[in-house]
Formats: sequence, C-alpha cells, structure tokens
Amino acid sequence: MKIAVCVKQVVTREWPLRVDDARTWVQDRDASFEMNEPDAYALEEALRLKEQHGGEVVVCSAGPPRVAQVIREALARGADRAIRVESNALATADSGMVAEALAAAIRDEAFDLVLTGLQSDDQGFAQTGVVLAELLGISHATIIMEVQVVEGGLRVKRELEGGWFQWVSMPSPALLTIQSGINQLRYATLRGIMAAKKKEVRVVEPPADLAPHHEILELYVPEKAKQTRLIEGSPVEAATELVRVLREEARVI
Amino acid sequence: MILVIAEQRDGVLHRASWEPILAAQQTGQPVQVAVAGVSLASVAGELAAAEVEAVLTIEHPALESYTPDGFVAVFADVVTGTQPDLVFLPHTYQTREFAPKLAVRLGRSLITDCIAVKQRDNRLAFVRPMFQGKFVADVAPTGPAPHFASFQIGAFRPDAVTRGATAADIRAVDITLEAAVIRQTMEPPFKEAKQAVDLTQAERIVAVGRGIKAQEHIALVETLAAALGAEVAASRPICDSGWLPMDRQVGSSGQTVSPKLYLALGISGAIQHLVGMKGSATIVAINKDAEAPIFEVADFGIVGDLFEVVPALVAALNAEGGGSSGAGHP
Ligand SMILES: Cc1cc2nc3c(=O)[nH]c(=O)nc-3n(C[C@H](O)[C@H](O)[C@H](O)COP(=O)(O)OP(=O)(O)OC[C@H]3O[C@@H](n4cnc5c(N)ncnc54)[C@H](O)[C@@H]3O)c2cc1C
Ligand SMILES: Nc1ncnc2c1ncn2[C@@H]1O[C@H](COP(=O)(O)O)[C@@H](O)[C@H]1O
Repeated sequence: MKIAVCVKQVVTREWPLRVDDARTWVQDRDASFEMNEPDAYALEEALRLKEQHGGEVVVCSAGPPRVAQVIREALARGADRAIRVESNALATADSGMVAEALAAAIRDEAFDLVLTGLQSDDQGFAQTGVVLAELLGISHATIIMEVQVVEGGLRVKRELEGGWFQWVSMPSPALLTIQSGINQLRYATLRGIMAAKKKEVRVVEPPADLAPHHEILELYVPEKAKQTRLIEGSPVEAATELVRVLREEARVI
Repeated sequence: MILVIAEQRDGVLHRASWEPILAAQQTGQPVQVAVAGVSLASVAGELAAAEVEAVLTIEHPALESYTPDGFVAVFADVVTGTQPDLVFLPHTYQTREFAPKLAVRLGRSLITDCIAVKQRDNRLAFVRPMFQGKFVADVAPTGPAPHFASFQIGAFRPDAVTRGATAADIRAVDITLEAAVIRQTMEPPFKEAKQAVDLTQAERIVAVGRGIKAQEHIALVETLAAALGAEVAASRPICDSGWLPMDRQVGSSGQTVSPKLYLALGISGAIQHLVGMKGSATIVAINKDAEAPIFEVADFGIVGDLFEVVPALVAALNAEGGGSSGAGHP
C-alpha cells in the first residue's frame, strides 16, 4: 500500500504567542515549531498500516524552508521518503491554497491512501484534507479512530459527536482525516534519526497560479465574556484563599 | 438570500441547525433552509416555524443515511439551483465532512467555525477563533459568491431564533441522484461498551490537562480530588496518551458535565473542552498562562504553577479537616 501523510508544522504549544505588527498573524520569527498533533497520529497510523500490509509511507509538508524540521522528524520515525512543497506564502495560507499545492505535488504518484490530521492547531480550518480529496477525485471520511484494510478498500471507524461512532466502508484510493488518540505514538530512535539523513526529500514548488480564498483582516485577543476573580499571592496564600472562597462564598465544598 | 443547510438524523433535527438560522436572520437578509434525507415532513414542519422564506426538502432513498458523496452531489445542485448570496451551516462533524468538498466542487470559499458575522470596511467579515482560541480573526471571503460559512456550536443561542407569524412554505426540491456517485457505505451509529464512570452525576470534578506533563503526576491530581470529594476527569490529550481511561474525558467527544464545582488544572480551554463543562455552577482554573482561554469561562482563577498550587491546596483542605465531606453546607 502506497500511503501519503500530510503533516503541518505549527508553532509549539507552549510558545507565548503575540499578534504581529500588521495585526494579521502572530510573531513567529523566533518561535519553536512542532508537528501538528493529529498529524503525528496520522503518521503513526500510516507506519502501522505499512508494517501490516507492506508498501511505502511518504510524508508531505507545504510551507517555508523551516518545515524541513517536521519532515526530518517524520523520516526519523520511519517514513520512507518525503515531498516538501516550498513556499513562504503557504505558511499563513488558507486551506484551499494549501490543498491545491499538495494536490499538485502528489497527484502523479497515485497513492492508495492519503492521510491528514483532522485539523490544524494554528488555523484550525478542518478543511485541507477534505478539499484535497476532492481535488484528487477520491473518496474520503473524516475524524477517523480506526482503519481496517478490506478487500478492495477500507473500513474505518468514524467518530461522531457525544461518544458515538460509526463504521464506514469505501473503495481505495481514499483520503482519511485522522483524529488524535487513534493509536499510541512511537518516538524516533537514534537509529531512526541517523537513517533519516539518507532518505530522499523531493522539494517542489507550488503551482504559480494559487489564489487565496479568504483574507485575514485582523487578528486580535478575544474579549472576555466573564469576569474571572483572580486570586493572587504566593501558592500557599492563593490556595488558602481559594479554599475559603469555595467554602464560604461559592459554598461548593 | 442566505441558504442555511440544516442537519437531521432519523427525522430528528440537530439542534445546532438553529444557530446558522439565527446568524442568517441577524444579517437582515431573506433566509431559506434546506434539509436532506427521507421522511422529512416533521423536521421540515419544525424548521418552518422560524421566520424564513421557505424550507426546502431534498428527499431521496439514497439519502436515508448521510454520506459525504450523496450530500455533496445534492447540495451542489440545490445551491446552483437556488443561487443564494451566502450558504450557512452548523459546524457539526457532518458539516466538517462534506461542506469543504461541496464548496470546492462549486469553486467557492468556505470559512469554518465562525462565531459571529460583522460588517467591516463595507465587507462582510466572519469572526473565527485561531490558535486554539487564543486569538480570534476577522476573515473576509474572496472569490465569487455564494460564500460558505459554518458556525461553531454554541456561538448563537438556538432559542433566540425569530419565529414567523405563520409557518413558512415547505417546498420539495426535485433532484436527480445517481446512486453510483456514492462511494461510502455507512453502518449504524453505536456507542462503545458501557462507560464505567458517569461523570454527569458528580457534584465536584477535578479535571486535568496536558499541564500535568507526565503520567506519574496524575497521582497528585487524585490526591486533590480525594481531599475535595471529587471525581477525576481529563482533557482529551490525557486520555489519548492513555494516562486516564477514555470514559473520564470531558468535552465534545467525551462527557458533558455540570457539577457544582469544576476545577480545571493545566487545561487551556479549547472550545471542544469548554462545550463539555461550561454549564458547571462554579468553575475554577489553575493555569500558568494568564491568557489561557479557560479563564474566559472561569469564576475563580489562580495564575500559577499547578505543581506548587495543588500541594498547597491539598494541605489547606486537609488542615481544616474533613475537607472531603462538605457536610453542613447546603
Ligand atoms: C473534533 C475534535 C474533538 C475534540 N474533543 C475534545 C474533547 O472532547 N475534550 C477535550 O478536552 N478536547 C477535545 N479536543 C481537543 C481540543 O481541541 C484540545 O486540543 C484539548 O482540549 C487541549 O487539551 P489541554 O487543555 O489539556 O492541553 P493544552 O491545550 O496543551 O493546554 C495545556 C495547558 O496547561 C497549562 N500549563 C502547562 N504547564 C502548567 C503548569 N505547570 N501549571 C499550570 N498550568 C500549566 C498551559 O498554560 C496550557 O494552557 C477535540 C478536538 C477536536 C478537533
Ligand atoms: N501546510 C501543510 N502541509 C501539509 N499538510 C497540511 C498543511 N496544512 C494542513 N495540512 C494537513 O491538513 C490537516 C487539516 O488542516 P486544517 O485544514 O488547517 O485544519 C492537517 O492536520 C494536516 O494534515
């Protein structure tokens, strides 16, 4: 089975984010970056499918040259090779543009299965995978928590709201958007990191005619809906005061 | 005209459908609502109570169970046929699955997870969270109309929808649907084997998030829960990592709880977590980041390191003795 996994590089969760001067993005020039969380699960699922059914795992990422970091990480974890779509504009682009760039980069490879995360931690569109499926003309299913390979295609467990699930079958080729928690992640070994250095990374440019589907007019901190009473002081003072408040004012303990 | 795509399953309307209807009403433009499936009379009747121009029903045996291919095919025809200026949907799991495909098939833009609509510099802008709710952005769609937008569940109050003086017209839309275009076969929805813990009955909950850093620190949280007479719950990543069982997860894909006390430790407050707990009577957040979105919903907060605050809390509760019972209070 020939599997593509799309991974996005996002600012590390712990990074203290500030809005940039143009007020349309965050100051991320000096930020540290990591692999978007559900994408790490998508990669793990691809590696497990390859272990069971054979084939190849190709990791794809679009963005500025810095996305080479998540590609290296994916190769170290066991992906066989990579496709990197290089474009500074794609760092902040909408899902339509990114999907078009990814589709152009992988279309000719005729993958049996394309995996993406269900949504990105930064923009959170929850769209790129689904749009990519349409551009590739293949079937898809979203928010997947289990993948079974069956005769002629796939049977996958789709998460629904409120603790419900549903099995869905479809022919391959197909695209699945993977939900966090589908498996337990493995980490790169020293051997993996060394082996990654020798793996092929194909760098491609996106099509020249990509057009945006939306424009961010302004990015800002949301207004607070509720007045939170912040309890100050040293940890011991704050803890003592919180216990008093919960007991005497809120009367919940 | 704004076309709202409502959602139903087995003849039961998804309540979130009212929210894009309200968003559409608030723009002042005429509204039509479309719904697809089989045996839609009762759902259509319910929707027709809202002040809308018309309710469009799209019935076909192949739509009995939702499939992304079936829905993309029929709604592409309905949108082309009705020529709305905008198309609104609730940002449900189902919308997440078919709406991006629908919009791109029609060559249109879709803005997801919107919480408000506004006019800005003579353009229609959609307000949506970014960076897990740390920021929001005003976003304007580009390209030809209709633009699509999906609305975060809970962003609008379903009961604020304006009702019509008389019931709206219900019109059956003629569609052709080749069963062959549908590539997915759906099996009936199911729940995982019975849950061992029912957090919905808990009076007090201590919930832990990724701020706890490592599995071995979960014991600290359990100690605090014991001192408070509380159940332990968690955000999704804690359960994903296997540090606590899945049935202790609170949020859109876990349990929805409304205890007297919800104490959130090292939880950032992503919307998928908030929807599961914001109905709690008293919410306390302990987080080292003063700007974490959890403080948007917290009544009381301590900005600090949970590894310092939690032991101090346990000590304070135990020092006063019998902190776990809460006896003597109403
Ligand atoms: C379709 C879908 C469904 C989902 N369903 C759910 C769901 O049901 N439930 C759910 O919870 N999530 C759900 N999620 C995931 C959700 O979007 C968030 O990713 C998740 O809630 C984040 O968990 P967290 O707050 O524990 O982690 P993070 O967002 O990483 O937050 C950790 C927090 O800990 C704080 N912290 C770190 N160290 C310390 C310290 N020493 N002391 C104090 N504070 C500290 C940080 O400041 C930060 O705010 C879902 C996502 C999707 C896309
Ligand atoms: N720049 C990118 N490069 C590779 N994959 C991406 C990129 N952006 C988004 N994706 C994939 O699409 C998924 C959904 O992203 P989004 O539509 O932004 O929520 C992510 O989880 C990734 O798997």
